[in-house]
Amino acid sequence: MLTTFLGLSIIALVLVIVFQIAKANELVASLKGEEMVINRNRVNAMLFLLFLIFGMIGAVWSTFHYAPKFLPAPSSEHGTWLRNMFFWTLVATVPVFIVTHIALFVFSFQYKRDGSRSAFYFPGSNRLELIWTAIPAVVMILLVYEGMRNWYKITGPAPKEAMVVEATGQQFFWTLRYGGKDNKTGKKSVKLINGDNALGLDWEDKDNRDDFIADELHLKVNQPVLVRISAIDVLHSFYLPHFRVKMDAVPGIPTQFWFTPTKTTKQMREELKNPNFNYELACAELCGQAHFNMRKVVVVEDEADFNQWLAKQEPAYAKLKASSSATPDSGNTGQTQQN
Amino acid sequence: MATIESGTEIKIDVHGHHEHEHHHEESFISKYIFSQDHKMIARQFLITGVIWAFIGVLFSVMFRLQLAWPDESFPILETLLGKWAAGGKLAPNFYYALVTMHGTIMVFFVLTAGLSGTFSNLLIPLQIGARDMASPFLNMLSYWFFFLAGMIMLVSLFISTGPADGGWTAYPPLNALPQASSGSAFGMTLWLLSMAMFIVSSLLGGLNYITTILNMRTEGMTMMRLPLTIWAFFFTAVLGVLSFPVLLSGAILLLFDRHLGTSFYLSDIYIGGQPLTNAAGELLQGGSPILFQHLFWFLGHPEVYIVILPAMGMVSHVLATNSRKPIFGYSAMVMSILAITVLAFLVWAHHMFVSGLNPFIGSIFVLFTLLIAVPSAIKVFNWIGTIWRGNINFTPDTLFAIGFVSLFISGGLTGIYLGNSALDIPLHDTYFVVAHFHIVMGLAAGFGLFVGVYHWFPKLFNGRQMNNTMGYIHFWITFVGSYLIFWPMHYLGMTGVPRRYFQFSNFETFNVYGDLNVFISIAAIVVFFAQFVFLINFIYSALYGTKMKTLNPYLSNSLEWTTPIEPGHGNWPGAIPPVYRGPYEYGKNGTDFVPQHLPDNAIWPKDEKETKTELA
Repeated sequence: MLTTFLGLSIIALVLVIVFQIAKANELVASLKGEEMVINRNRVNAMLFLLFLIFGMIGAVWSTFHYAPKFLPAPSSEHGTWLRNMFFWTLVATVPVFIVTHIALFVFSFQYKRDGSRSAFYFPGSNRLELIWTAIPAVVMILLVYEGMRNWYKITGPAPKEAMVVEATGQQFFWTLRYGGKDNKTGKKSVKLINGDNALGLDWEDKDNRDDFIADELHLKVNQPVLVRISAIDVLHSFYLPHFRVKMDAVPGIPTQFWFTPTKTTKQMREELKNPNFNYELACAELCGQAHFNMRKVVVVEDEADFNQWLAKQEPAYAKLKASSSATPDSGNTGQTQQN
Repeated sequence: MATIESGTEIKIDVHGHHEHEHHHEESFISKYIFSQDHKMIARQFLITGVIWAFIGVLFSVMFRLQLAWPDESFPILETLLGKWAAGGKLAPNFYYALVTMHGTIMVFFVLTAGLSGTFSNLLIPLQIGARDMASPFLNMLSYWFFFLAGMIMLVSLFISTGPADGGWTAYPPLNALPQASSGSAFGMTLWLLSMAMFIVSSLLGGLNYITTILNMRTEGMTMMRLPLTIWAFFFTAVLGVLSFPVLLSGAILLLFDRHLGTSFYLSDIYIGGQPLTNAAGELLQGGSPILFQHLFWFLGHPEVYIVILPAMGMVSHVLATNSRKPIFGYSAMVMSILAITVLAFLVWAHHMFVSGLNPFIGSIFVLFTLLIAVPSAIKVFNWIGTIWRGNINFTPDTLFAIGFVSLFISGGLTGIYLGNSALDIPLHDTYFVVAHFHIVMGLAAGFGLFVGVYHWFPKLFNGRQMNNTMGYIHFWITFVGSYLIFWPMHYLGMTGVPRRYFQFSNFETFNVYGDLNVFISIAAIVVFFAQFVFLINFIYSALYGTKMKTLNPYLSNSLEWTTPIEPGHGNWPGAIPPVYRGPYEYGKNGTDFVPQHLPDNAIWPKDEKETKTELA
């Protein structure tokens, strides 16, 4: 408390000093007139030039300094396309950024009012307007073309051989369900949710019988995966940063995203020289007070490892049957008996 | 101030153009509170906006403390926030409440009302040559609805369940269901009521601005002789009038869902341990959360142009005036504002590429979104063309105008990444977006606000001028600081760090920027305290600042500088001057400036010196 008070007092003191100096300075300025105006123009023009120089150096330096912390090269097929697209967008925008800033600040420096010249009367040029309308328009169309090419490939239908996984968002965790042997996730309804059936799977639908629920998202390398995404309370967003995957989970409206992981977790650990590396699943749409906490581990492995893991998974229906025969009164027994 | 103004009142009385009520001394209430003078209403908007700005920015400093030092405790937070920061540590839901309130306050109360409200009110009558707005009474109501909106929002900060905490975009179901979040209880009801009042305010203001600009221009003031400020305010008002009602309908449907058991936005929900049902016990189905996003962003995207167009207009005006050059390509500038206005209605779904929107619809929005870069680029090139070979006088308003152009370039270019749906997949809802919209909309529009305040301060406060030295200090700390805060956020975005995270320690992927988050927060705190330099300057200058010695301190062409130093209600003591030319004839035929109200033969037959003394 004391330090806060002390800190605020110092800031107040600084502000009082600034105020007094500024008042005195303004008085001097009004006495000196034009001389002071020119002086100030020179100082501010120089500051713009320095800002340009140190700003550009700072921007380049910090980009290279932090680049090692950026996400590593994408671990998915479409991620690589997006990386290329990002590169081409950089090619289109960085020169504009540099040239316009140099023009802005160099002109500010050069054409300050210092009493030596007067302004050049030049109210416009239709030719120039045409040039700087046409060039951005062409560049934009090229970027739209590149964007659409990738967009339609990414959002197009999933390959038939894609493995089906369902991710259901809920405050504040993801539930992952696999289609099982038939690779189909069966019907579900929030009406059927109870203690034994967290997703409300409809046991009448035979597609559900072999579905299993997993703690981690396991994926087979180079095998396309179709994620069916849903939510049962508020909006969430299924976000896999390393795979460049993001899609909202919307109550009542199923969404999906398909992609092909291209690097196993092991490979990544070796590449990054980080034995603890894990792919992660996060939530990217504000969903309440523990939004920042919806983590699941994602494991990409080769076929042998994946099959080994798969063999250990038990269908939810079988689990339920086992437990309901032990305690006949529990939740969903009425429905299971009907079958 | 009262005595000064009454002096001008007498001057006005000499002429018969005015309504009867101005012949006698106005009461304190009719003059300062329920005033119908557009200049007083502008002052009210500005002062209210500045107060909200300090509250909104203070909130951001509070949540930056959490982001930089998630393990520290700050006793001052407990002093200020009580139970929401027990032990000096922010509660996660109150962190989200601060984020939500910061966004709502800055976008609506500061950058819409504080910026557009202030300067549309001040400048429209003064620059087109009108005595007041078309309807001074509706104009007064516009301010008081805004005031009411602010009061409701303020009350929501103090209720026991806390203010709205589901983000300024108020997406349902999170913001529809009290079970989902404490801020979605009464706090959200107040948020929606406040927005409804705000929308009423904005509509009353907007209709008035449009009517006034179309009908009340002085003789000779054709549309193509309007200053670019007025063009900008005009299209801003058009955008607001056409898009705010859509948000109102969205908000009302959300209120219905919250309180009347409807399900416009709700479907198949299981929350609080049971399925969400209506009174008859049937599961709520068929609603669409994505519908709300459409309704919200149909305003939400034009809203960012509502925020930025007035800033663009004022920057154009100030750059031309202080470079002593005509604005480069006046008609191209007008056309680009028009193009932006039209396209602004066709880009809203670029906020929704990964919301579950049909990918084909997404692709149409990519096209329009990237096309809007074209008129934006035209404007940037024209600003640079304007200062090229000018004779630039670096008053604080010019500095902020140049700062605006820089920020608009930096933030605009990152929009090209985000507006391309495929690239938006990895970048959506990361800090890359936070950096983008803060630079291109928040900061740029904020700089526009400062341009306006520094430039037109004498017209706002009875001919008093601001202290330039403090203006310089304010500018340089703010300009450099702004980049130091938001530039590094692009790097966070490149690492995929999501926005709206209370802390990053749960994720190995995102928890790599401890040092940079500390750096950003320190920069934010420094910039926050630098704003007190502005505040002190603002208050001191409004009360005790040096008065202008001439009518036209910037040697500007536009009509507002032909009014008396302390214009009364009605603006011009005599007849309203007619207009003979466009607003940016600087340096034409070797004459430094040619005010709009002077006919040709009043300027060129005589030599320049003579003209200047005549003006003074």
